[in-house]
Amino acid sequence: MDQKANFLKGLFKENPLFVALLGLCPSLAVTTSLENAIGMTMGVFFVLVLSNLIISLIMSNKFLSPLVKPVRIPVYIVVIATLVTIVEMVMNAFLIDLYLSLGVFIPLIVVNCIILGRAEAFASENKPIDSLIDGIGMAIGYGLAIMIISIFREFLGKGTITIWQSLQIDLVFIFDFLKIEPIAMFVQPVGAFLSFGLILAIITAIVNNVSQTNKKGA
Amino acid sequence: MENLLMIAFSAFIIENIILTQFLGICPFLGVSRKRSSALGMGMAVIFVMLISSTVTWLLFKYVLEVFEIQYMRTIVFILVIASLVQMVETFLKKVSLPLYKALGIYLPLITTNCAVLGVAILNITKEHNFVEMLVYTIFIGLGFLFVMYIFSMIREKLDFSPVPKAFKGVPIALIVAAILAVIFSRFGGII
Repeated sequence: MDQKANFLKGLFKENPLFVALLGLCPSLAVTTSLENAIGMTMGVFFVLVLSNLIISLIMSNKFLSPLVKPVRIPVYIVVIATLVTIVEMVMNAFLIDLYLSLGVFIPLIVVNCIILGRAEAFASENKPIDSLIDGIGMAIGYGLAIMIISIFREFLGKGTITIWQSLQIDLVFIFDFLKIEPIAMFVQPVGAFLSFGLILAIITAIVNNVSQTNKKGA
Repeated sequence: MENLLMIAFSAFIIENIILTQFLGICPFLGVSRKRSSALGMGMAVIFVMLISSTVTWLLFKYVLEVFEIQYMRTIVFILVIASLVQMVETFLKKVSLPLYKALGIYLPLITTNCAVLGVAILNITKEHNFVEMLVYTIFIGLGFLFVMYIFSMIREKLDFSPVPKAFKGVPIALIVAAILAVIFSRFGGII
């Protein structure tokens, strides 16, 4: 497969969150601020890229793959859980604020369907280099998706966009200008469902529109 | 006793696992199209959650903490849950065929259900003792079943309602979930 297409499919055509609807739980829970979304993206990126690489190395190895094949799902889970533990320990040591605000969702990267899904659907049948690129594309696609949701929620809910700790863009003046308050509901659980539903509907509308115009053109 | 009541009530309604903690969203959207499947999934989740939380809690207290290897938590828990689900499946098949037929198809899905691992980990991070752990897990499970059931009833009606084209399917389900979450978030005022 063309490397560029392989990379780009994770971003748009097969976006894990908006198209395949995988990994919903963390994407609803951690999108209260852009900072959390960036932290989650880093965790998922590390785990997804390395798990894709390692699993593909195992499965393309002539000696290992017949041994592993009958018990492949437990093997995948051990590989993924080990990587997640590394992420957990590193975040606990160096990024304690992020560790506390992401909470239970760091260990839950293990059961994120995207990672196991890519391992089973792609990495187990493709060459290590292709799997690596697929992992990078998927992780970036997922990251962009949760960042879009978190920007939407944080801006409407608090009027700010927190990029990293104290690095914050203050947009409250827009709300002041319109003489309204930020809508606090959007950073509460309610807002997660609402904004994800709205964003999904917007994307569906755009996709429908594009495919319709394409049909007319053809 | 009051403490236990508090834990039970907040696990059931206020900290509802789906609507405020966002665990188990995949089955919430995936198997909530029909009332019967929502009920089956809910039962299977309660069943597995209770067994796996008990086992992981005991393992954490009497193995991981004794040897001071708490960092192995994630790996140990997920392996225990995955193998438990498998065991429960074989066990049910042998012992009670009707129960297996009712829960069977949902069991494999549960391994990657974040609610089960999530509750096992939450029981540890919230430092529950054994009884608190049992109460918390049961009521979290009941809360899951309750919301799944309500949601599936709404979705059955939703299939026959005129929904804007872009909102068809998952988007409108998420909006409905948002409205449910509004209702549940107001229960917080009771305490």
